[in-house]
Amino acid sequence: MIEIRNLVKNYGETKAVRDISFSVKTGEILGFLGPNGAGKTTTLRIITGYLSPTAGNVFVEDKNVIEDSMDIRKMIGYLPEMNPLYQDMNVYSFIEFVARAREIDHSQFHVRLNEVIEVCGLKGVVHMNISELSKGYRQRVGLAQAILHDPKILILDEPTAGLDPNQIVEIRNLIKQLGKEKTVIISSHILQEIQATVNRMIIINKGEIVADGTIDELMSDFEGKTRLRLELLNADEESVKAVQSFNSGILLADFMRNDELTTAVLEYPNSLDPRSDIFKHAVKHKWIILEMSRHKSSLEDLFRKLTIEGGANHAA
Amino acid sequence: MRRNFTVLYQKEVQSYFNSPVAYITLVVFLLINAWFFTSTFFLINESDLRTLFSVVPIVYIFFIPAITMGLIARERNTGTMEFITTLPFSDTEIVIAKFLAGLILVAAALLFTLVHFFSLLIVGTNIDIGALISGYLGLLLVSAAYVAIGTFCSTITDNQITAFITSFLIIFILFILDKILIFVPAFLSSILQYLSIDFHLENMSRGVIDTRNLVYFGSLILFFLLASIRSLEMRKWR
Repeated sequence: MIEIRNLVKNYGETKAVRDISFSVKTGEILGFLGPNGAGKTTTLRIITGYLSPTAGNVFVEDKNVIEDSMDIRKMIGYLPEMNPLYQDMNVYSFIEFVARAREIDHSQFHVRLNEVIEVCGLKGVVHMNISELSKGYRQRVGLAQAILHDPKILILDEPTAGLDPNQIVEIRNLIKQLGKEKTVIISSHILQEIQATVNRMIIINKGEIVADGTIDELMSDFEGKTRLRLELLNADEESVKAVQSFNSGILLADFMRNDELTTAVLEYPNSLDPRSDIFKHAVKHKWIILEMSRHKSSLEDLFRKLTIEGGANHAA
Repeated sequence: MRRNFTVLYQKEVQSYFNSPVAYITLVVFLLINAWFFTSTFFLINESDLRTLFSVVPIVYIFFIPAITMGLIARERNTGTMEFITTLPFSDTEIVIAKFLAGLILVAAALLFTLVHFFSLLIVGTNIDIGALISGYLGLLLVSAAYVAIGTFCSTITDNQITAFITSFLIIFILFILDKILIFVPAFLSSILQYLSIDFHLENMSRGVIDTRNLVYFGSLILFFLLASIRSLEMRKWR
């Protein structure tokens, strides 16, 4: 259980985090989402004790970061943004260093070592220097040090940044697997990554929470629009414009005529579906439909709306 | 100290001796000292190490900042500072571990200068062993004070060159204080003399161990270590 209460962090004049509050239940995988510079990393750094809050506090299992930072750090496994590692160490001595720092029992060490090697797929690179590893392997080493002491809480700041698509899928599966028994906070500015992994999402923008809920909850609150793209032959502007009269919600967003070919884009609320009417209309006016494609507004549009158009009022 | 602390200390020492830089600086240090010491040793024809004791602190002015500049600045630069400060290490443990690791390397360098001590034992007559021991103790205290200064300067920046230059400056000022006494008003001169490193080291290399000297070095070390811990904590509030 992590509880963030009225957290504020200022860097001099810059307000990085402005009074945010939320809690994460045990066993939950929380996606912490926002554009670059929204305050994600700052918030995570306060939870892990790297920074102190300007105001407010963070509670982890009844301990707070201001007074019991040491106890909290022992409970948390943390993969910082950019995944800093000691380049001059090899993987084995690095993990051994973390194990000793985490006061893992000598008899337990080899059990844990073998487990993280297995889980993170580090077999074959254990005796290599960290500086020689590829980005993907470094990320795995970062993850390995974070889960080595089998923490109750896992905090991953942009864990898939800079990885190739295959590696992203691997790390994502790994996080899902770990999330079965741990509380996980994973930050990202890439939506697909969050969408596929988390149970709950918090979107943060300019230091404030703009949305909080499951993906379904967020989507149903969001008044989305569908865009319908038509490619037609034999259609004149007047008959295409007439489509708008079917329903007041339908809007002709774009119209282009190029010799025979007509391209039109219609916009209407997700609740409508005028496609069959359009087909009948086409038959009546002897249009030839070459293409009719629908694009529903997605989580990405929600994200853009909340974080670009300053939609702070859309908080769920 | 907790078991935890030794882990950090060992890692620091290892990272020194895993890199060629430590060996290069050691060799350069020993060569410079050996040259300055032996070139006048037989001319003066006295059975003591006073020349060595006056040369080493000068070489230290360059040598110690070079050793300490990376202690914390490098961790800040590569971002591993975030990693290490979110492990269960307190800021005090981090500073002390880094300080001791730096001191061990300097002490190792000092240990090698014992070769002059042993050659003196062979060729010299009427040797004042007590003065030699107190002289070495003095050098060790100077080393600790300089390493503490270097550690502090390494906490205030993430640039190793900046750390080098600032610690060089502080050490250099402490070193020349008693050499500029004729330029300052009389009421200041006794204060400046007390603040100068050389004044205290001079006593010890003559074989006098005075509590005033010990208190001076002790407070210098303590002051800069506390300043380092505070400076490291500053990251949380920047």
